[in-house]
Amino acid sequence: MNTATASLPRGRDGSRRRGRPPGGGTGSAAYRQRPGLGWLVPAGVLFVVFALLPIVVVAYLSLTEWNGLGAPHWAGLANWRSLLHDTEVPHGIRITVLLTAVSWLVQTPLALLLGVWSAGPQRHRAVLSAVFFLPLLLSLAAIALSWQALLDPNFGVPAALANALHVPAPNLLGDPHRALYVVVAVLAWQWVPFHTLIYQGAARQIPTQLYEAAALDGATRVRRFVSVTLPQLRHTIVASSVLMIVGSLTYFETILLLTGGGPGDATEVLPLHMYRTGFVGFDMGYASALALLLVVVGAALSVLIVRASGFARMDSDREGL
Amino acid sequence: MRRRGKVPAAIALVLWLLVVAIPVYFIVVTSLRPADAYLSHGALPVPTQLSLDNYGRALRLGFSGFLRNSAIVTVATIVLTLGAALPAAYAIVRNRSRLVRVWLSVFLFGLAIPAQAVIVPVYLIITRLKLYDSLTAIVLPTAAFSLPLAIVVLTSSLRDIPDELYQSMELDGAGNGRVFTRLVLPLSRPGLITVGIVAGLNAWNGILFPLVLTQSSRWRVLPLGLWNFQGQHGTDVPGLMAAVVLSALPMLALYLFGRRHLLRGLAAGFGR
Repeated sequence: MNTATASLPRGRDGSRRRGRPPGGGTGSAAYRQRPGLGWLVPAGVLFVVFALLPIVVVAYLSLTEWNGLGAPHWAGLANWRSLLHDTEVPHGIRITVLLTAVSWLVQTPLALLLGVWSAGPQRHRAVLSAVFFLPLLLSLAAIALSWQALLDPNFGVPAALANALHVPAPNLLGDPHRALYVVVAVLAWQWVPFHTLIYQGAARQIPTQLYEAAALDGATRVRRFVSVTLPQLRHTIVASSVLMIVGSLTYFETILLLTGGGPGDATEVLPLHMYRTGFVGFDMGYASALALLLVVVGAALSVLIVRASGFARMDSDREGL
Repeated sequence: MRRRGKVPAAIALVLWLLVVAIPVYFIVVTSLRPADAYLSHGALPVPTQLSLDNYGRALRLGFSGFLRNSAIVTVATIVLTLGAALPAAYAIVRNRSRLVRVWLSVFLFGLAIPAQAVIVPVYLIITRLKLYDSLTAIVLPTAAFSLPLAIVVLTSSLRDIPDELYQSMELDGAGNGRVFTRLVLPLSRPGLITVGIVAGLNAWNGILFPLVLTQSSRWRVLPLGLWNFQGQHGTDVPGLMAAVVLSALPMLALYLFGRRHLLRGLAAGFGR
């Protein structure tokens, strides 16, 4: 803790160089009182100790052999060499990318349409929105485990239906070709309501005059959606997509509980491979090498999205005022 | 024209309604079905008798303790996240120095760090801090990983406070502390609610940190309790479903209480 605190510069700083005095001649006196870096200390310490420092440590651990209990032993590049020959890695990357892409394709249009609809003035809208909201009340573990029970090949609902219809019972989670898409469906069930809420909130803020003007021009419903709603929601679409894509690396918790990566390795995403190597196989050094790969993938993804999104423009927006 | 657009939309809505409602129906009904009836007839038939036995069994297996642990972790995470993120957002918005900008980019970079990518070193750090197997061990990293989004949302909601308000307070001789408590704190309420909800959901749902950073059943949180229940009682699906419903009740209460704030907060956080 101490090292992290000490590394944080304190007090007032270069603010005089960068900023402009706010409005007119009274500026400079008030300006000197602006909050200094001290206000960043609680967030900074917490973030450095549990998010930044671990990245450095994970890089170090990737060069060691460590079973999680004793002291780590220096191992040089051994872990990285085995990473090159680990066939689970390209497989894990492929599954992770596929899962992320298909999930985005399924969840975004659904959430967008549901959100825009539920922002409107229809009858029964409040009741229906409340039903849409239900999955958000269930925790991730509750959802994964409930679906696992519901899809059980012996006692589950599809099995019971198939029995009643006298057709062979499907084993949805046990089929290596289908399991990944069952995971996609469960994840959509879980996450679409959250993104629907985001879109609903944003769609409510679209000025009604825009729709009235479009209606006067004789625009159809579809036309109004494409020409008014979509452009007005573009920042929201980006924000929701960022949350979705960055969040997709955390889908692994659902997978851990729903399929455990199986059947075989059909749903073994990269983070799950990493978790199992470290905390089931107690090979923390190799797990760290895999984790560093995850950091790189995650960082590359987000830099890409943040560049394309409004987040990076947060500064410049204000600069122009 | 208007009518034609409505039919596909209505069909899609009804379909999604069924997709959401049917599993929820089965979860609730199975939780009320006597365990032997489930084993002999499965999940499908409309139950002829309902019982609360499954709930009693879940509670006897420690679910009240798991609920309490999860509640403590969730509240502590929300308090810590908001307590750290709001002052930081205030400094980021009001102090435009280069160092503060660097910190903003550092926090933004945090959006890119997947928690599971650093779980091995977090485990190492927590054990070295002698916090292993405690609720604190779950709260600290969970709050740390809630910070990036918290700071993004709070920064954007603080940016909406007009400069004139700050200026008039500063002209009155108010220091940073007073500006913070009298102006920033009340005006950032929608953002705080959004962040609180998102951080709270993260903490309530968290599996990875509790799984790796605790081990004794005394500090077990709800998601692990559910998982454990399923593991030890492999075929006790009615008991599991009762536990699932129990775990959702606090969220339902919160939802009924905070629905309006939630919508407004989300609109403020993402509606641009």
